Amino acid sequence: MDVRLQIAMVFHLDKCIGCHTCSIACKNVWTDRKGAEYMWWNNVETKPGTGYPTAWEDQSKYKGGWETNGGEPQLKMGRRSLRVLNIFHNPDMPRMDDYYEPWTYKYEDLFNAPEGADQPTARPISMVTNKPIDIKAGPNWDDDLSGSPVYAANDPNLEALTPEQREELFDIERLVFFYLPRICNHCLNACCVAACPSGAIYKRGEDGIVLINQERCRGWRMCVTACPYKKTFYNWSTGKSEKCILCFPRLETGQAPACFHSCVGRIRYLGGLLYDADRIVEAMSVPDDQLVDAQREMILDPFDPEVRAAALRNGIDERTLEACERSPVYKYVKEWKLALPLHAEFRTLPMLFYVPPLLPVMAKTDAGVYDSSNEELFSPIEKARLPMEYLARLFSAGNIDPVRLALKKQYAIRLFKRMETVGDMDPLVVKQALAEVGCSEAEAEQIYRLTSLPTVDDRYVIPPMHREEAMQMLNDDVLADKGEAGFGFREAPVRGA
Amino acid sequence: MLDNLFYIILPYAAVTLAIVITVQRYLKRGFTYSSLSSQFLESDELFYGSVPWHIGILVVLLGHVIGFAIPRQVLWFNGVPARLYILETTGLLFGLLALVGIVSLIVRRFTSARIRAVTSWMDVVVLLVLLVQVILGVYTALFYRWGSSWYATSAVPYLRSLFTLQPDLKMIAPLPMAVKAHILNAFIFLAIFPFSRLVHMLVVPIHYLWRPYQLVIWNGDRRKIIGQAPRPRPKTVEATVPVTGDTVAASRPVVTG
Repeated sequence: MDVRLQIAMVFHLDKCIGCHTCSIACKNVWTDRKGAEYMWWNNVETKPGTGYPTAWEDQSKYKGGWETNGGEPQLKMGRRSLRVLNIFHNPDMPRMDDYYEPWTYKYEDLFNAPEGADQPTARPISMVTNKPIDIKAGPNWDDDLSGSPVYAANDPNLEALTPEQREELFDIERLVFFYLPRICNHCLNACCVAACPSGAIYKRGEDGIVLINQERCRGWRMCVTACPYKKTFYNWSTGKSEKCILCFPRLETGQAPACFHSCVGRIRYLGGLLYDADRIVEAMSVPDDQLVDAQREMILDPFDPEVRAAALRNGIDERTLEACERSPVYKYVKEWKLALPLHAEFRTLPMLFYVPPLLPVMAKTDAGVYDSSNEELFSPIEKARLPMEYLARLFSAGNIDPVRLALKKQYAIRLFKRMETVGDMDPLVVKQALAEVGCSEAEAEQIYRLTSLPTVDDRYVIPPMHREEAMQMLNDDVLADKGEAGFGFREAPVRGA
Repeated sequence: MLDNLFYIILPYAAVTLAIVITVQRYLKRGFTYSSLSSQFLESDELFYGSVPWHIGILVVLLGHVIGFAIPRQVLWFNGVPARLYILETTGLLFGLLALVGIVSLIVRRFTSARIRAVTSWMDVVVLLVLLVQVILGVYTALFYRWGSSWYATSAVPYLRSLFTLQPDLKMIAPLPMAVKAHILNAFIFLAIFPFSRLVHMLVVPIHYLWRPYQLVIWNGDRRKIIGQAPRPRPKTVEATVPVTGDTVAASRPVVTG
């Protein structure tokens, strides 16, 4: 057993209101720079939708992630001995137009325009060329299903649905959507690390944060292709790739990352997970329908004495273990089985988990009237407007069971709380509902508390990051040992000539 | 007099610059070492420029290096006419490939608005020097036949005399203007090399072919931190994911340095 610590995350989609505050916080802190204007390390997508960059989930186009083909896992972009032939031109590299061309407005014109019959306007100009452009796309052009015949209808995940289901989904009275905020997943088996020819991308041993060493990156751009979530970005000005750094300077001082801290809906949870690094290969190699279970399996119980002993042997200290015991991520992912990885079939073992959204529970209309009668206990779940196949495609590699359990459990807890607070529920029915999802009343109460009433300290249980250990290395050669930071520079980040 | 400047002083100045500045830049301004790829901004035309250019110029450059390293063997090889024709034709074809590439790259750089936005003065200088060099090379290959042989008997002795610090111009003095310009331009290329994006050729990631897929970096010395660990650990980098064909067991850490 090789116990390691990972700073992991849970996003509770039932609470996300799609306000993009997280994106703005991140943008203001990290990517408001030349060459990075188009980057959204944190972005919020509307699902169904094509997302950012457009149709990023379609790996037949982008060639991201791992594939097994029944044998040893390989990067989908191809084995590296052949891939070096693409060094002069990467055929699977997304272009700026797959994201969008960043723009600003010529605000001076509002003041400098000569007097005339018309109001002056501020024309949009490209932030790349500084020339006027026709804006054709933006990072959230498909927000709230806008332009859904173009965007939502081309969601790659709709493949999982039958033609009838698809048609129903876009029926005018049945339109349904939810938000999917995305940041780097800080994967255990990251494709960007595996694809970097320069060896500039690495995982920090102590906390699992994946960083790009800006001084070793040579701009070969293989990480951009390899990351199936398209969360490594090429800075077209400096000629280096960049990505989410999970605000490690904030984490190291005990603060939650900017996107977490600013989250209005309080949907974000962050905490430590202990995992067994010896089982990474095993967990990434199982068939699609077992991926979620395999990933849960390799996450270790911080209360288990054997795990604790192994962790201590590996240099993980008691205070960190205490933080792992209180980790909300451990509860949502492993104990309660409510949170699921996004697109587990990419096999990168992502460390950002999502609680699938319950969505409007009213299912079908009968002659224009919503049928809210619960003839069966879980009928609102089984007959939800958004077919469960769609959620399964997103959150459990096509296997419906984990998604169904997560949804039913949330629903059962709603029934339980309704019984307590409104009092119009038959206790026997509630008992039956909880029993069916294997949830005790105590657990239901805990889930309710952490979901609805969590404080900042409940949501962010940040293990001590031990900067003092890194500081000790200053006695040795710190830069040789640690590699340079994934962000921030010891020299001006000027473009090479 | 001018010959002394161009073929004795300039070469030494250029080589000194190339070495000193390259090393200094790597150590002090390592951040600026990048391929500076513009594929993100424009991809389609790049294919028809970058790929022929790199393949063409690498083969031609390899030819120059081989001729310099083993001139006698090249002369022996060229002793049979058929082999000489094959060698010369190959060189010319790859030279033309490089020419097509560099012309496409230049056209692309000046016609695409997005690419112009990331074009520095040094990019223009580099492209011009390379264009002149390839044109002179192809011209020489076409009009001064059997260069692979006379290169070995005239230019190579001169280049070697530079290496032994006893510059000797008599072998290149009688060469045609185009050839002498080609040599001169090569030294100019060397002189601008450390100041330009060309340094990317020094950081070609050959190591990638055998390094482990996953990299993990720890604070400090891992062995000290896990004093009584049941098994030895690598200092900074270890593999957690095997590659097909790797003989390394899946879960065993691998020391990679």
